[in-house]
Amino acid sequence: MNDLVLHLDNIQKNFGGLKALSDVNLQVEEGTTHAIIGPNGAGKSTLLNVCIGRLKPDAGHVTFDGQELTGRKPHEIAQMGVARVFQTPEIFPEMSLLENVMLPAFSKRDGAFNMNAHKLLSRQSEIRAEAEHILEDVGLQEQITQEAGSLSRGDKRRLELGMCLILRPRLLLLDEPTAGMSRHDTNRTIDLLKKIKSRGMTKVIIEHDMHVVFSLADKVSVLARGQIIAGGTPEEVREDPKVKEAYLGGAH
Amino acid sequence: MSNMNVGKMNDLTRFLIFAVAILTMPIWMDPFGGNYPDLLQKFAIYGIFAIGFNILFGLTGYLSFGHAAFLGVGSYAAIWSFKLFTMNVIPALFFSVLFAGVLAFIIGQLSLRRTGIYFSILTLAFAQMFYSLAYSVLTPITNGETGLQLAHSDPRMIDSLFFEAGAGLPSTTLFGLKMSGYSGFYFCAVLLIVGFFVSMRIFRSPFGLMLKGIKSNQNRMMYTGLNTKPYMLTAFVISGMYAGLAGSLLAITDPIAGAERMQWTASGEVVLMTILGGVGTLAGPVIGAGLIKYFENIFSAFNDTVLAEIFSFLPEAMVDYAVTIAGLFVGSGWHLTLGLLFVVVVIFLPGGIVEGAGKLVKLVSKREKSTGGSVTQQDQPGE
Repeated sequence: MNDLVLHLDNIQKNFGGLKALSDVNLQVEEGTTHAIIGPNGAGKSTLLNVCIGRLKPDAGHVTFDGQELTGRKPHEIAQMGVARVFQTPEIFPEMSLLENVMLPAFSKRDGAFNMNAHKLLSRQSEIRAEAEHILEDVGLQEQITQEAGSLSRGDKRRLELGMCLILRPRLLLLDEPTAGMSRHDTNRTIDLLKKIKSRGMTKVIIEHDMHVVFSLADKVSVLARGQIIAGGTPEEVREDPKVKEAYLGGAH
Repeated sequence: MSNMNVGKMNDLTRFLIFAVAILTMPIWMDPFGGNYPDLLQKFAIYGIFAIGFNILFGLTGYLSFGHAAFLGVGSYAAIWSFKLFTMNVIPALFFSVLFAGVLAFIIGQLSLRRTGIYFSILTLAFAQMFYSLAYSVLTPITNGETGLQLAHSDPRMIDSLFFEAGAGLPSTTLFGLKMSGYSGFYFCAVLLIVGFFVSMRIFRSPFGLMLKGIKSNQNRMMYTGLNTKPYMLTAFVISGMYAGLAGSLLAITDPIAGAERMQWTASGEVVLMTILGGVGTLAGPVIGAGLIKYFENIFSAFNDTVLAEIFSFLPEAMVDYAVTIAGLFVGSGWHLTLGLLFVVVVIFLPGGIVEGAGKLVKLVSKREKSTGGSVTQQDQPGE
């Protein structure tokens, strides 16, 4: 077995009386793409929120690379090498695409806080080149001076992915990266994510689209009503009767 | 690369235009009746105050309603430096900026625990607290209601080593150069230009980009691994130090400091200046500051005689009516004009005067382009 990058150990999270996550165990191996699927309201986004420190679990531990993540601040977790693409893209709408990608590059180079007020942005040619390179990777090289807020939804997602990639994270969490995209855009994103895979980045991906899951995932875990009900390779999961029941007897 | 050079050139040009405009103020303010040192000094001083305020409000979007506290502390520190050490303005500037910076660090540390309206309310509460302290409890330091002034009996420890005390009250100097009148204005003007340069560098730096990021999306900042708190606190302290510098210059050009300088209306004034000129623009706050000080000093001095002169071209029967109506907006009614101007700017030019001017320039150049475009269209065959 490979090294574990992410390990969720008996995670519990309640919202009032609602058990959003109960006794969730998840092990993500180095270099793999791990998909989490499940009907609406199963707790998938809550799971990611626990990983990045947005929510504190009521019980259990999250370890990343052998280090405890629970109780750490979001920016510390991000500095350790965990990045996330959100379901609604979290970008800087008033800034240009180039600035959107340069900003995380500074975070990668200079850390959580750096008082570099004496430097000029226009002299940071290394960071700029890196940012241009990433924008090319995500297919947005044509419009680097455009304001990010004016992008289409699909392009905003790609931009956000670029903002995460420039951080060169060890673990990338993706929350429905292709939701609302056309088939064409979805395939482009799949190709892009496959390209990242060859770079050895570990990914956890939440997805509804089975086409995406089966093209990308090495492992699949199925979450229903806050519990992991099945796990394994995509083929194993597809044949699992419990999974079929969860999908058919659940939200549908 | 060529793009970057153009950007740099633009900034250099911008800076030079700003510097020349400020230094030639005595010339071009003359036709507007604004060419007297007291007013020119105020333009420069409140310009500094507003530039500093804009580093916080313009870049990070955090609206402080308590910046007058730093202005006041700057003034008190300067007067105490005159009283205790020397009439030279350099130590006064140093102490003002230092004390304002320390106070900003403390208030910032506490207020930045909250965002949005709660942050504004906290800064307002702190500033009002310092106003009350200065007005009553701290009377031994601030001389309460009367205001802190120079006295003949002040020790002036450093000065007394070198000169005999004269008969009257000494005046503030920069190594012998008196800091009143036009020399006072030029001293303030040079500091304004330096302040503008520093603010421009902050706007163009990676640090400035982080502050813009905080305004734009704090969530993304956090999940990108950036700790927003120290960035905010640094911006808060820098803008507090600008306010301290402005307060110091107020005391340097007129060595008296009263508690009313710290009142909430003074904090509100700098908010108005920044919004009127253009939040987040480089020169906007200075323009806003100039405009408000101009209204306060010149417009408020218009009286019925002046108005009658202006309307003398009208038939005699109408002059009285015109004077009565216009009279509401000038003299002690200048606040009314300012209020109307503010409403117009906020509703129609949310980016302030600078954005308005930018829109105008774009409109004109577009019109020119479109007339140019129609010529080329004629050259091409119709579709």
